[in-house]
Amino acid sequence: MPEKPLNQRKFLQPEQLRELGLLLFILAIGLAVQLRNPVFLSISNITSLFTNTAILGILAVGMMLVLVTRGIDLSIGAIIAFTGMVTALTVARFPGLPPFVAILEGIIIGMVFGALSGILVARLDVLPIIATLGMMNVVRGLTYVVSGGQWVSSYQMSDGFKAIATGKLFGINNLIVIAIVVYIVAAYYIRHTRVGRRIYAVGSNPEAAEISGLPRRRLIFLAYLIMGGLSGLAGVLWVAKFASAQGNTAIGYELNVIAACILGGVSISGGVGRIFGLILGTVLLGILNNALPLINVSPFWQMGIQGLVILAAVITNVLVRRNTERDALRRRAI
Amino acid sequence: MPKTLLELKNIVKTFPGVKALDGVQFNLHQGEIHGLMGENGAGKSTFIKIITGVYQPDGGEILLNGQPLRFSTPMDAQRHGVAAIYQHVTCYPDLSVTENIFMGHEKLRKVTRRIDWTRMHSEAQKLLNQLNAGFRSQIRMGDLSVARQQIVEIAKALSTEAKIVIMDEPTAALTQHESQELYRITESLRDHGVSIIFISHRLEDIERLADRITVFRDSRYIGTWQAGQINQNQLIVAMVGREITQMYPKHSKNPGDEVLRVENLTRTGYFRGVNFQVRRGEILALTGLVGAGRTEVCEAIFGIAPFDDGSIFLEGKQIQWSSPVDAQADGLAFLPEDRQKQGLILEWEIGKNITLPALKYFSNLFWMDPNREAKEAGRLASKLAVKAPSIFAKAATLSGGNQQKVVFAKLLIRNLKVIILDEPTKGVDIGAKAAIYEIIENLAAEGYAVILISSEMPEVLGMSDRIVVMKQGHVTAELITDQTSQEEILNAAMVAEVHHA
Amino acid sequence: MSDVRKISIEKEWSWKGFFLQWEWLLVLVLIVVFLVNSLISPYFLTLSSLIQTPSTFLDKAFIVFPMTMVIILGRIDISVGSTVALSAVVMAVSYNAGVPMPVAMIICLLVGTIGGGLNGLLLTQFKELSHVIVTLASMIIYRGIAYIILGDQASGGFPDWYSFLGWGSIAGIPFILIVFAVAAVIFGLVLHKTRFGRSVYGMGFNSTTCEYSGLRTDRVTLIVFTLAGLMSAVTALFLTSRMGSTRPNVATGYELEVITMVALGGVSTSGGIGKIGGPILAVFIIGYLSYGMGLANIQAPVVLVVIGLLLIVSVLAMKFRVSPKKRKLAM
Repeated sequence: MPEKPLNQRKFLQPEQLRELGLLLFILAIGLAVQLRNPVFLSISNITSLFTNTAILGILAVGMMLVLVTRGIDLSIGAIIAFTGMVTALTVARFPGLPPFVAILEGIIIGMVFGALSGILVARLDVLPIIATLGMMNVVRGLTYVVSGGQWVSSYQMSDGFKAIATGKLFGINNLIVIAIVVYIVAAYYIRHTRVGRRIYAVGSNPEAAEISGLPRRRLIFLAYLIMGGLSGLAGVLWVAKFASAQGNTAIGYELNVIAACILGGVSISGGVGRIFGLILGTVLLGILNNALPLINVSPFWQMGIQGLVILAAVITNVLVRRNTERDALRRRAI
Repeated sequence: MPKTLLELKNIVKTFPGVKALDGVQFNLHQGEIHGLMGENGAGKSTFIKIITGVYQPDGGEILLNGQPLRFSTPMDAQRHGVAAIYQHVTCYPDLSVTENIFMGHEKLRKVTRRIDWTRMHSEAQKLLNQLNAGFRSQIRMGDLSVARQQIVEIAKALSTEAKIVIMDEPTAALTQHESQELYRITESLRDHGVSIIFISHRLEDIERLADRITVFRDSRYIGTWQAGQINQNQLIVAMVGREITQMYPKHSKNPGDEVLRVENLTRTGYFRGVNFQVRRGEILALTGLVGAGRTEVCEAIFGIAPFDDGSIFLEGKQIQWSSPVDAQADGLAFLPEDRQKQGLILEWEIGKNITLPALKYFSNLFWMDPNREAKEAGRLASKLAVKAPSIFAKAATLSGGNQQKVVFAKLLIRNLKVIILDEPTKGVDIGAKAAIYEIIENLAAEGYAVILISSEMPEVLGMSDRIVVMKQGHVTAELITDQTSQEEILNAAMVAEVHHA
Repeated sequence: MSDVRKISIEKEWSWKGFFLQWEWLLVLVLIVVFLVNSLISPYFLTLSSLIQTPSTFLDKAFIVFPMTMVIILGRIDISVGSTVALSAVVMAVSYNAGVPMPVAMIICLLVGTIGGGLNGLLLTQFKELSHVIVTLASMIIYRGIAYIILGDQASGGFPDWYSFLGWGSIAGIPFILIVFAVAAVIFGLVLHKTRFGRSVYGMGFNSTTCEYSGLRTDRVTLIVFTLAGLMSAVTALFLTSRMGSTRPNVATGYELEVITMVALGGVSTSGGIGKIGGPILAVFIIGYLSYGMGLANIQAPVVLVVIGLLLIVSVLAMKFRVSPKKRKLAM
């Protein structure tokens, strides 16, 4: 049966079209908020918007990799709390500790938990949502146990440690710098390295990956390991930024991160996820958080609006896809 | 004497409770197409997995160019020049064609070790051009048709510079036309010195392509023949172990009144203006190439997919089934094409599978009645001669043919008028095929109207009273079986003009 | 059909199969928990203590029944905790706005039912969406609405008789335990004896086959998720009664505890496998365990750790039981 030649390149791929739509939506929201409150597009507000979104963005990269492998990680909020707590306790005990060591400590602890989730999912074939739900509880409980229910407060932390989040590099806040570095590395990693591409291959078709001899389990493990490392990093940044470590730090934050990914077009059924979309998704979520107070929306509305935006995004996605499919059928001239 | 490239001797492989291969031998010459045949469960798949390094043999030896070795992983086999193209295409739908071709052996830049996209794209395109593919390597794999995906798989084998290519039922999902294309590509591979192991159920594939033929049966090696030395009948005997004298049962042709009629049925993008009717006690074959819209028409009738225009009449009354629930209530049954994914719950016992479409009949107001259920399931399983110890055996433990019989039993559990069978003998071995033909014939004899969707010409000609041929979503011919020929059907399926409305 | 072979319709009874059931292991665990608890407190193993204790942990257990169905369907509903919060908040606010308490309670049940029904509708109308995304979104939205309604306030001041739900007893048996037992019987019968239950199991293994077999699969999905909402509202009734007031952040993390109970109860998270008895035993194991740890002055965070570990361990153990062969191949 003759098929249409596929040689002409379409003007925009579907994913690009989706990202364009998201971009326009962001601009529209930005414009609307700007008209209500001119503070929105001031340099200082934009800086604070990105500073506040940086941690979310860093975590979203890891979550994207996990989602690409058809997984999900619900334990990251707890890992943030635990690593934050442990580094804060370390810093309180050894005030002279170089900030760099604190960050490394956080990353390593995070990777340990990531590795545990990775073993459960990749080696022992536990459903990701179940494995990480269990990990979430265990790690959250451990956070209370190590802290003995106490907080670590601002005065117990050295200025050097707090400067991790407040300091600047080339006039840009450290958090933003770190997030940019993470994004550049991630973009290179998933586009130009073998392992990065293979993670996508495994998510796209796990059976095929197995048959063609890709180390499927190791790649899935790797995704959780990276997610753990990034959560550990985020934990240190979080505690440095808010200058306090508590047992209930970042509770439920995994939902925001997953939301950012979904808004950014990462498919929960695996294999699909682009860095540019992810940036847009994160920024949109950041704007929602930043702009609502500026236009006098009570903070209690934030959660509901976030949820509705997510639902609207996924449903729009489905409707658009159905529409393209219907158009394709019409063109088949049968 | 041609050079022997690969030789396997006395290969044994056991799984818990099953001897999958029992002292099997095989040898592959340089630059030949070697057909490997056998019924389902004969051990072909296990054998292939041993050559490709997925499984390790428990005994025997493998010689490559006379050197004994073992393939410990699929990667290892690939390094030794073995590539496999599997039955169900194993691709990465979200990735580009280039990546699909090079996944596992990506081209890297020397110093930075980063992926060399320019080189990969250009080499991929070169391979595709070499195969006359006619599409670009940057395209997303998921956007291609199955046939084109298969071409990509072949390009992948070429890219590993494979010397041995294994094709596991590559034509199973292809149309006649696409099969021809695949034959051409396969032969050109051979002419370039590649050795090919070609596994197929279709006798025509083997007849057309194979230089030599090896047959397995019941996990054992039966024999190897030169292509000219064995005819179709002998081949069937070798595979089945007995002669099938009468493949198609004698069909008594006395159709009654019209039961089902469709008029001008249309679903945009799938089929348009389809008309046909089927009578009591009649077998109507619905044929055409895969993708001609046969399954879609029947799914629309059954209410599992929508249609945009046209009407359906059951016994003269116009009806509109919006879901299979309504269609079944009115006496329509549908045997789906994929018995494992659409027909059965493999994890369930036979009995529960059989009663699934008729749970209502086995419950009083609220409660299920397990005794009545077991009796009825047992009656139907015996009637269709399902080979199993009891109705509490899991469906997954049955052979393909017996599984199909269970799906037939599911249809019969309700009072029916019309039965639609979508490729009922697909992937069923020859022995079980004859049994299924007998079941179909008995259904017609009992007065059901049967619509048989089939791509196999002998089956269409052997079983039906009338034949409706579809091409690209349109009916191109309606023929009386006794007064037509294979040529006429193929002409309608592949050549006839389709008038676009 | 030439050689009609008789196929057996007698089910073979095997003692081995009977005793190899997961539920026996759970009974054993429950006994161990009892023994350890009675070592900690000599008063624990008295009849009245055993009967009274469940009222401390049974509130969330009502969600276990529909969650068992959801997981047998091969899906998961993580919005139940939020549904509890939303229906409790709406009930409290409408009562304080002058609605009579019985009506407010009916409103509570309605809100839960609608919440669950919306999940079901989304899942059946947009089949492309994964249940994880849908219930994740509604998890955020429902709790979000609770916050919109009540801010970070608490709402309470219910009539005295309302506390009977959570605290009252009939003939020495806590009211909540009686309701739980009734619900257990109803859900058990529905799941194991009706064609609705059979459909749930079938869809858990292979939804496509069920559709081709003419089952009303959409309706089953809708009903199961609606039940999850309804029973969340029932939990809201009892929880609010026990606490005396409610706030938008109640029942946070209930989904986890409920899923843990279901998984510990031997219901396979990949669908199709499990019975109602297991999760019911698991409710009591986890309940008495937490209670006992409280007796031993073990802090709540440790209990959190234990529950998380229990979830992981029980899922792993189930895997072993379901398919030791498959697991070996996969390793």
